[in-house]
Amino acid sequence: MRAVITVVGKDKVGICAKTSTLCAEHNVNISAVSQNIFDDLFCMVMLVETDGLDIPFGDFADILAKEGRDMGLDIHAMHEDIFNAMHKI
Amino acid sequence: MLEINDVFETVRMIENENLDIRTITMGISLLDCCDSDIDKACNKVYEKIVRKAENLVKTGEDIEREYGIPIINKRVSVTPISMILAASGGDPLKYAKTLERAVNTIGVNFLGGYSALVQKGFAAGDEALIRSIPEALDITDHICSSVNIGSTKTGINMDAVKLMGEIVKQSAEVTAYKDCIGPAKLVVFCNAPEDNPFMAGAFHGAGEPDCVINVGVSGPGVVRSAISRIPDANITEIAEMVKRTAFKITRVGQLVANEASRRLDVPFGIVDLSLAPTPAVGDSVAYILEEMGLEQCGAHGTTACLALLNDAVKKGGVMASSSVGGLSGAFIPVSEDAGMINAARSGCLKIEKLEAMTAVCSVGLDMIVIPGDTTPAVISAIIADEAAIGMVNSKTTAVRVIPAVGKNVGDELEFGGLLGSGPVMPINTKSPEKFISRGGRIPAPLQSLKN
Repeated sequence: MRAVITVVGKDKVGICAKTSTLCAEHNVNISAVSQNIFDDLFCMVMLVETDGLDIPFGDFADILAKEGRDMGLDIHAMHEDIFNAMHKI
Repeated sequence: MLEINDVFETVRMIENENLDIRTITMGISLLDCCDSDIDKACNKVYEKIVRKAENLVKTGEDIEREYGIPIINKRVSVTPISMILAASGGDPLKYAKTLERAVNTIGVNFLGGYSALVQKGFAAGDEALIRSIPEALDITDHICSSVNIGSTKTGINMDAVKLMGEIVKQSAEVTAYKDCIGPAKLVVFCNAPEDNPFMAGAFHGAGEPDCVINVGVSGPGVVRSAISRIPDANITEIAEMVKRTAFKITRVGQLVANEASRRLDVPFGIVDLSLAPTPAVGDSVAYILEEMGLEQCGAHGTTACLALLNDAVKKGGVMASSSVGGLSGAFIPVSEDAGMINAARSGCLKIEKLEAMTAVCSVGLDMIVIPGDTTPAVISAIIADEAAIGMVNSKTTAVRVIPAVGKNVGDELEFGGLLGSGPVMPINTKSPEKFISRGGRIPAPLQSLKN
């Protein structure tokens, strides 16, 4: 399946690196990345492929959220369909 | 690729504005559990509920984690127990205990269906079940009860109205030691929907399939927040904004419903397009009305704002779902809505205004705490008034009032959890005793003659 990872928080060194490393460690392929900085706030959206994920998706989402909290960031990983359902007809 | 703004809008709705799926409710028919031996019937009821719903909670939690959308409640609704009791006879409380045991096995939050449909009269099992409701709601923690006493097609059964006034009062008295929780789990309906996923009024109608998944969405916080972003908009623009927001909320509900249906291998029934508040600040229907421009909910203008809200929610939601049903509209339960609680405490929101509001919203006088010395006849008369609004307007109305035993206006009752807390509201105490004691039936209105 495809999932969306969102990262929001104060900009600092290593946000992309940390998130991508976690994806690589769990065999998650990054298909697209969109990233911007608004008023010092780092916002990133990653579209990822999770078919090869080595743990249940919910556990992966929990790991990302925890790492995010440790770095002072909000990280969410959610199934792509929820965004498609809400924003596409 | 998704738009970055859309992605963050979804995340904001869930994280900051309390967007959630309020309930996945599995409707289970118990008609094939009828047996002339009540113990055998109870065994069949237990076995069927556990067999059908054993994976409901886990599936709900899996979807929640995968999609990142909170699913607050996983519930079960069953065929009105009076129908099963009709075949077996015996002590209805055996069914209540069986249902509670099944709930404890499968781990759902609530089970609805300790119910009877008596809009035109009492059939076998109906009266015995109704008379057992106060004790059933006392000895169980998760069972919800409802009684349909009227409909547009049949009129209002005034014998049942009289009886239900007494039952509501008794239910409060026997549960007085636990903050009168009994009547908070008891709804008296006119035009009860048979596929409603929301408690306390959920039951699985006799015309429903064997097993079905119904989903209730929520999201008052999202609607209020959307309106707050257009502070200078006119009312047409507000209606459009509510519609667009309701569409998005409902699409998520439909997605979760489809997914739950697929994973559980149970057909999808309906999405209930409801704005269901919780006591959490920011998750209030009253605050939406205030955001539209009222100083406080209950002020003149409240009914008009609620009518707009209710209609726009339906218009937005109906295109987002393949099948809409249940109650579908805005809920106004006083004790479950932070804004309503404030308005009731300050005296701005009165029961008469709430009654007017029920003519344009999805349910009725809901979760209203009334003085403990209110007579059964007054409660019956409240039920009759509310049922009359439903009957004439071809809509669902309901009464869930809680007589606060030993308390009076100014005191508060605390239920905790989603049921919240509420101030005792003053009500008109002039006696309707003679009217209620007459019994009989209010004939079906002209609106029923559509053939």
